[in-house]
Amino acid sequence: MKVSLFTTCLGELFYVDVLKDTTEVLERLGCEVDVPEGQICCGQPSYNSGYKKESIGPAKHMIETFENADYIVSPSGSCTSMFREYPKIFADEPEWAERAKRIAEKTYEFTSFIVNVLGVEDVGAEFHARVTLHTSCHMTRLLGERDSHYRLLSHVKGLELVKLPNNYDCCGFGGTFSVKMTPISEQMVDEKIRHIEETKAEVLVGADASCLMNIGGRMRRLGKPVKVMHIAQILNSHQEEEAAHHANESRKSTVL
Amino acid sequence: MPMKVGNLPFFEGVDKAISNTYMVNAVSSAQDGLREKKLKATVGDETLGDWEEWRRAGEEIRQFTLNHLDYYLKQLSDNFAARGGHVYFAQTVEEAQNYVRKIVRSKNAKNIVKSKSMVTEEISLNEALEAEGCDVLETDLAEFILQVDKDRPSHIVVPSVHKDRRKVREAFQKLGYSGSDEPKELAAFARKTLREKFLHADVGITGCNFAVADTGSICLVTNEGNANMVTSYPETQITVMGMERLVPSWKELDVLVTLLCRSSVGQRLTTYVTDITPADQTDTVDGPKDFHLVIVDAGRSRALGTEFQPALQCIRCAACLNVCPVYRHIGGHAYGSIYPGPIGAVLSPILGGYKEYGKLPYASSLCAACTEACPVRIPLHELLIKHRQKYVAGAGHPQTGEKIAMKAFGIGAKSPFLFKAGMKMAPIFLKPLVHDGSISKGPGPMKPWTHGRDLPAPSKENFREWFKKHQAEAGNPPTTVNADGSRSEAK
Ligand code: SF4
Repeated sequence: MKVSLFTTCLGELFYVDVLKDTTEVLERLGCEVDVPEGQICCGQPSYNSGYKKESIGPAKHMIETFENADYIVSPSGSCTSMFREYPKIFADEPEWAERAKRIAEKTYEFTSFIVNVLGVEDVGAEFHARVTLHTSCHMTRLLGERDSHYRLLSHVKGLELVKLPNNYDCCGFGGTFSVKMTPISEQMVDEKIRHIEETKAEVLVGADASCLMNIGGRMRRLGKPVKVMHIAQILNSHQEEEAAHHANESRKSTVL
Repeated sequence: MPMKVGNLPFFEGVDKAISNTYMVNAVSSAQDGLREKKLKATVGDETLGDWEEWRRAGEEIRQFTLNHLDYYLKQLSDNFAARGGHVYFAQTVEEAQNYVRKIVRSKNAKNIVKSKSMVTEEISLNEALEAEGCDVLETDLAEFILQVDKDRPSHIVVPSVHKDRRKVREAFQKLGYSGSDEPKELAAFARKTLREKFLHADVGITGCNFAVADTGSICLVTNEGNANMVTSYPETQITVMGMERLVPSWKELDVLVTLLCRSSVGQRLTTYVTDITPADQTDTVDGPKDFHLVIVDAGRSRALGTEFQPALQCIRCAACLNVCPVYRHIGGHAYGSIYPGPIGAVLSPILGGYKEYGKLPYASSLCAACTEACPVRIPLHELLIKHRQKYVAGAGHPQTGEKIAMKAFGIGAKSPFLFKAGMKMAPIFLKPLVHDGSISKGPGPMKPWTHGRDLPAPSKENFREWFKKHQAEAGNPPTTVNADGSRSEAK
């Protein structure tokens, strides 16, 4: 199965390790991965801030870049949901709306792709820790993906999954919301962290780097010891490799 | 100014709210309770069948009615008048106030009792009547508490959600109450106080949950029964309704009342669902002799036929407030509008303008919890984005820096060359700021982020370079998809 990886700008800028793990997991599951060279940003930051005109160009560019892919897979629920929103953005340009629709139909979030397209729930990973999961809002509400990540994690050997109280509440990221409405955003992330601490988990896992950057950034500031990981990092963990991972400086293994 | 709550600029209101931990705790625990009750009464109630189907039916009814609003308003008005009621269309807040004032004057009325109504809050009716020298009494328990305490509603269904029983006791002490903070005792005190006032009321004023066009009836959905007192003691009744709050017939009313009760308070049905039709003096012995229906536009028609029309589908159930994480942390007053929460952030700029309420659409992380909760499927978070579009296109005043940044983004995010260059430069440029793997003090646009959060250091490694090496190691030359769908070696 041929998969074009939609890396996301946050991924390329901050989370190269997550992209590597995503690639390796997909390859291990038999996918032929390519990284379309022309890809940039989906345009969500400007679109959600009200700058529609400024978002049209980037959106068209992404449509052109990915148009010929068989499947488009992204390790981010939020960026995936933006591709799914494209047809609505082009409501006034029917030809582009049609092209956008074709893109939207073949775009999948990473965990959803593994479970729903590849039909795999056990990726053969092993990870020994008490873990809690942040189910991000765009993943659950805009994409309607509510359980693939649970299914995948439930098959990871050694992993103890603890439910996060109030998991449905937003972590306070919200793109530009986090910098425009900082005081509110900080209250939201603080409550999220209180719930994470209640679970006594050693690791917080999620499938959206943006939320993890928010929660992780706040926890780091507050000196909280909880590790933050993207689900691709866990799904690419194997006991025998663990030692090698740790030895390899360029691959900081698990911590975002 | 009508609709306005408090006079603090938005961010000051937010700071004040956040520092009021007492209020935040009251609101968040109320939210948790209401959310659970709602889920039990909706998706969790098997006797109801598929909740999503109910939502779709609600959406359809509301859309259909709004698309034929002129027809059904006329039908409502004709039927109401045919039974001896009086109908008045108020285009503005002032017109609505003036009409009610006129009625009150003509009756020489002094004592006015009211049941809970958001639209009368919206048009500042109490203030208008008090200026006439009237004694206006709120008879809904929560509204009564607020009135006694000179406070304003912070929620559209549970107006005193920001107060707990200790605060209620403190408020009642102003009326000479000396009992405990037991809810039963507090309620008994309110009941006694209100009872006496009901007996001497000249005019009763209500809001309207729904008006039924084909019989000319108005429907009140309540739990305390005070609305029934308001509509049965005084000789004169004035009902104020938003011009969009009607249904074609009782068939549709049935669906919407079900959606409303279950979504707002998690009840299958509230204690009272009261439908009142003007008595044409021949077939009924009780009820108001003189019945006025004031249908208020006050900016609503501005949304009709526009991308904002879905906002008028709202049945004011507050389900969106009850799941909103922003409302959870700042409560209702910080919004500065009588309509807070997600629907408030959508509605307030429509009714009150961007100058006053333009910041509200930004007070959302676009998590879409509201859209998911809304029983009539209003795409609330999408409407918030549409407001932002209007705001930056001239209705409001976005910061110049932001505009330039977004323009630059629009250009940069179309150019693979710039993007790749940026990805390579970021680690180099930001290096001086990186300490111990992250950035804790960023300049310019990074500043608000690093106010309370660390920012990760940009990855030193470049993913695309890694990927090429990775493919070469695996013996696959990196491929890329061509425009015709074929694959070739990547450059
Ligand atoms: S917008 Fe929807 S959820 Fe919010 S109050 Fe109106 S009907 Fe209820």
